[in-house]
Amino acid sequence: MTGSATDLAVEVSALVKRYGSVTAVDGLDVRLPRGEVLALLGPNGAGKTTTIEVCEGFRAADGGVVRVLGLDPATQGGALRPRIGVMPQGGGAYPGVRAGEMLDLVAACAANPLDPAWLIDVLGLKSARRTPFKRLSGGQQQRLSLACALVGRPELVFLDEPTAGLDPQARRLVWELIGALRRDGVSVLLTTHLMAEAEALADQVVIVDHGTVVATGTPAELTADNAGTPSLRFRAKAGMDTTSLTAALPERCAVTEPTPGNYLVSGAVDPQVVSTVTTWCAQQGVLAEELQVGRRSLEDVFLELTGRELR
Amino acid sequence: MTTFPAGTFTPAPGRGRIGRMLLTHARTELLLTVRNGEQLLLTLLIPLALLIGLTLVDVIELPSPRVDSVAPRVFALAVMSSAFTGQAIALGFDRRYGVIKRLAATALPRWLLVGGRLLACLAVVVGQLVVLGLVAWALGWSPSIGGLLGSLGVVLLGVLAFGALGVLLGGALKAEIVLALANIVWLVLLLGGGVIVATSSMPAGVADVVRLLPSGALADALRALLAEHAAPSVLSLVVLVVWGIAGAALAVRTTKLS
Repeated sequence: MTGSATDLAVEVSALVKRYGSVTAVDGLDVRLPRGEVLALLGPNGAGKTTTIEVCEGFRAADGGVVRVLGLDPATQGGALRPRIGVMPQGGGAYPGVRAGEMLDLVAACAANPLDPAWLIDVLGLKSARRTPFKRLSGGQQQRLSLACALVGRPELVFLDEPTAGLDPQARRLVWELIGALRRDGVSVLLTTHLMAEAEALADQVVIVDHGTVVATGTPAELTADNAGTPSLRFRAKAGMDTTSLTAALPERCAVTEPTPGNYLVSGAVDPQVVSTVTTWCAQQGVLAEELQVGRRSLEDVFLELTGRELR
Repeated sequence: MTTFPAGTFTPAPGRGRIGRMLLTHARTELLLTVRNGEQLLLTLLIPLALLIGLTLVDVIELPSPRVDSVAPRVFALAVMSSAFTGQAIALGFDRRYGVIKRLAATALPRWLLVGGRLLACLAVVVGQLVVLGLVAWALGWSPSIGGLLGSLGVVLLGVLAFGALGVLLGGALKAEIVLALANIVWLVLLLGGGVIVATSSMPAGVADVVRLLPSGALADALRALLAEHAAPSVLSLVVLVVWGIAGAALAVRTTKLS
């Protein structure tokens, strides 16, 4: 992931942002190459939205360097904004405005907009075109907001939790849409706390916690196991007594249940270990589902790095 | 993947035409104002009630025909209601709902964010004055052509002055505080700011102060043009311009997007 400034859609170096005595972002680095999809993944309050708002020019940084499409958003916002699309988190429309009117207004601000009527249609908002924003469902509001971000045919879009509050069908549609953006050469910076979303969509994942980057890489890099010690994981009923399994396994192996129903056998897993585990499951009369060797899920990485405590 | 054929989203960014942006923004704002019932009460029903009430009922002493003195006051009130109170409240809540940020994230230049609102506000004021003027005419009001033409310019100055103050208030504070303050200021200016009670009927010391308020200046200028068939005082015009410039200069510094 190296490249000169012109190859990068977003380049954030050592970004610092404070609100009074609270440091929301503390030396954050993000590099999004043009045409790629980058997911900022982190728990609530990690500094994701703040980072995006600094990139959009809505907040001034207290430290660090931010370049978006080669421009400084704080001082060159007027030149930058026609080139980007923004989907903020929640709200973003007059309560009384009809969905179609809002999109028409945003489309009028662009030189070569997509056809608003078509966009309304493909996003499943046709029946809501004349509905006031305040009477749209949360998912409909989200999709309208997404339409507003895309209608100007931007080079780069910022999507702040694009699938929050969407039902599974709408989420699939949005995933398909983000795939189409990537295919057509649009750079995408999105935030999410859904692991599956980051895993499915992003070329690069940046895991953020307490305003700093705790891990960065492709989903495959992040979920690969350390130093060639593959582990085995499977799903089964929660809370099984694994003492007998531990006893049956070689000493180097340990059995844990990181989250209820998700079992992890760590320590140099070989074919014999897999066989032992499936045999043990058969003895218990349980079916081991999603049995997987080697690869951790992004959720494991995430929980490992950001802790399991609720905050 | 047939929903989005290849090339659908191929970037083609750029800023829309200024005229189109301004008109679309203004039209949207205008539609929202017209659809808003509370706003209609403030901009039309209260001025209409005062116009008819003060003309037909002898609550305050006025020269005859009463409608000639009532009409300019009610016109000044209509301008103040739309450009200041209505504008401030709408802006306060639009900021709360993230509308201003949404629009600021588009290619819409910053000055157009205010420009579209002021254009919509001008259209509302024109509508108000046409309705109020027709009702006043039905009540026997007979302005001169010169007075009418002159008052167009004064109304424009009034919209700009009150509009700047409305943006100043609506752009700086929390929506609920804006709502309360905009209504209180409206009531105070209506009763004591030279609108209902003319500066000419106030004690000299008080009148000197009230003439320096935008409400007093606007009402005085409209009264001169429409009731007295005379030119407005230079003072009243200067007062409006100064409030407008001061309000705008301050608003540029204090207005927040959210």
